[in-house]
Amino acid sequence: MHIELRNVSHEFTLEAGSLPVLKDLSFSVPKGRFTAIVGPSGCGKSTITRLVSGLLKSKKGEVLISKEVVKSPRSTVGMAFQNPVLLEWRNILDNVILPLEIVSKNISRETKIKRARELLKLVGLAEFEKSKPSELSGGMRQRASLCRSLVHKPEVLILDEPFGALDAFTREDLWQTMLTLKKQESFTCILITHDLREAIFLADEVLVLSGRPASLQFQLDVKLGDDRKLDDLYTNETTKSLAILRKQIEIAQKSMI
Amino acid sequence: MNYNKITIPLISLLIFCLFWEWIVWFNGWPNYKMASPSDLWPAFWKFRWLFLSYGWDTLWRTVVGLSLSILVGLGFGVIMGFSKTMRIALYPLLVGFNAIPKATVVPVIALMFVGFHDMNTILIVILISFFPIAVSISIGLSTLEPEYKDILLSLGATKFEIFYKIALPKTLPEFFGALKVAATLAFIGTNLMEIIEPHGKGLGHLFDSGKISADYPLMFAVLIALALLGIFLYYIVVMFESIFAGWAERN
Ligand SMILES: Nc1ncnc2c1ncn2[C@@H]1O[C@H](COP(=O)(O)OP(=O)(O)OP(=O)(O)O)[C@@H](O)[C@H]1O
Ligand SMILES: [Mg+2]
Repeated sequence: MHIELRNVSHEFTLEAGSLPVLKDLSFSVPKGRFTAIVGPSGCGKSTITRLVSGLLKSKKGEVLISKEVVKSPRSTVGMAFQNPVLLEWRNILDNVILPLEIVSKNISRETKIKRARELLKLVGLAEFEKSKPSELSGGMRQRASLCRSLVHKPEVLILDEPFGALDAFTREDLWQTMLTLKKQESFTCILITHDLREAIFLADEVLVLSGRPASLQFQLDVKLGDDRKLDDLYTNETTKSLAILRKQIEIAQKSMI
Repeated sequence: MNYNKITIPLISLLIFCLFWEWIVWFNGWPNYKMASPSDLWPAFWKFRWLFLSYGWDTLWRTVVGLSLSILVGLGFGVIMGFSKTMRIALYPLLVGFNAIPKATVVPVIALMFVGFHDMNTILIVILISFFPIAVSISIGLSTLEPEYKDILLSLGATKFEIFYKIALPKTLPEFFGALKVAATLAFIGTNLMEIIEPHGKGLGHLFDSGKISADYPLMFAVLIALALLGIFLYYIVVMFESIFAGWAERN
C-alpha cells in the first residue's frame, strides 16, 4: 500500500506550552517499498509511526494509506518496537497469534496456528513455539515480535527501532531475517533506526529528518539489489553512502540545538 | 518437591508446638496466663460441635465478604487505573477511609443495620479488605507500558479487548499478592464484628464466651482455630494464584 504524508505538522501540548514535533513533513513510500527513517534522537520519529498507524491524529496536513486519509487505527497495519512486549503468560505461538484474535475473529484456531507456524519457521523459531518469552534470548524475542507484527498479513509494516537493543552480531542476524521476511511477505515498510548501516542494508530508500520540529532534510536511494549480503556493506559505494548520511545527521543534530 | 512442600511445614509446626509446650512447662505458667498445646485438645474436644458450626459461620461470612471485596476492589481499581483524574480524586478518600480503625466502625454499622448480623459482618469484611485489592489493580493498570496497548490499539482493538487480553492478565500477579493480604484482613473483619457486637454466632462469639466463663484454654483454642482457617483460606488463594498467574513464578 502506498503511504503518503502531505505537509504534516504536529505538536504536543505540554503544561509549559506547546512542543512542535513535526513541521511540514512530506514524503511517500510507494507500494512494496522499504523506507528507513533516520534522524536525531527525539526529533519526532516515533511520532511519525503513531501518525501512520492511526494511533495519533496530526494537527495539520494528512496521512494517506493507498489514497485514503488515516483517521483511526486499521487492521492492515503491523507494528514492532524496540521493546518486543511479548505477553509473559502466553507461549510464543499464542503471542504470535494475538493480532489474529483481534482482526480475524472468524477464522478457526487451526488456520491461525498454521499461519503463525509458517512465520515462526521463516525466522527460525519453529522449535520454540511452546516456550515462554522469558525463556528466549533478546534476539529470539525480537524475532517473535516480528512474526506477531506480520501474522495478519498487514499491508503496512511499521518498525520502530526493533533491533536497537540488540548486540551487533544478533542485530546482523536479524537483518538477514528481515530480508527473508521481505522476500516472502508482501508489505510496504517504514523502519525507524539509529543505525545507518542497518538503514542501508535493509531499505530501498533512506530519509534523513532534520532536528525537532522534524521535516524532510535529505533522501538517499539505496542501490543494493534484492539479493543483499553483509559484504555489500563494505564496498566503496556503500562506504560513500554512509559518509553522506553521517554528514546529513550531523547537520540535523546541529539544527536541533 | 511436592513432598517437601508438605513435610517441611508439618515438621516446623511440630517443632513449634513442642517448643510452646516446653516454654509453658519450663516457666510453670498457669493456663490463664498461657495455655499449652496439651491444654487445647480437651478444649477442642469438649466444644467440637460448636467449633464446627461456629467455624463454619466465620468461614462462610469471611469468604463471601472477601469475594465481594474483590468485586469492590476491582471496581475501584479499574476506575482509578484507567482514569488519572479519578485516581487523583479517589486516592486520598480511600487512604483516609482505610486509616480509620475498623473497630470503631463496627458499632456504627451495627447500629445502622440492627439485627442483620450476617450482612453487618460481611460489610465489615468488605470495608477492611477491598483497599489492598483496589490499590494493586489500579497500580497494575496504570503502569501498563504504552507499547502493550499500542500493539492492540493499532489493530483497532476495543478498550475491552485491551483490558481482558492484556491489562487484566498482566495485573494478576499483583492482584493475587494483594488478595493474600486481603484474605488475612478479612478474618480480622469477621472477628471484629463477632467479638465487639456478639450475636451468638461465629468463632468470635466462642472466644467471647470463653472469656466470660474464664475458660482460658478455650480462648486459646479459638485463636488456633482462627489461625487454621486463615492458613486454609490463604492456601486456597495460593492455589488460584498458581492456576491463573502461575506464569509469573520465577524459578
Ligand atoms: N505523548 C506525548 N506528549 C508530549 N510530548 C511527547 C509525547 N510523545 C512524544 N513527545 C515528545 O515529542 C518529541 C518527539 O518524540 P518522539 O518519540 O517522536 O521522538 P523520537 O524521534 O522517536 O525519539 P527517539 O529517537 O528517542 O526514539 C520528544 O521531545 C518527546 O519528548
Ligand atoms: Mg522513538
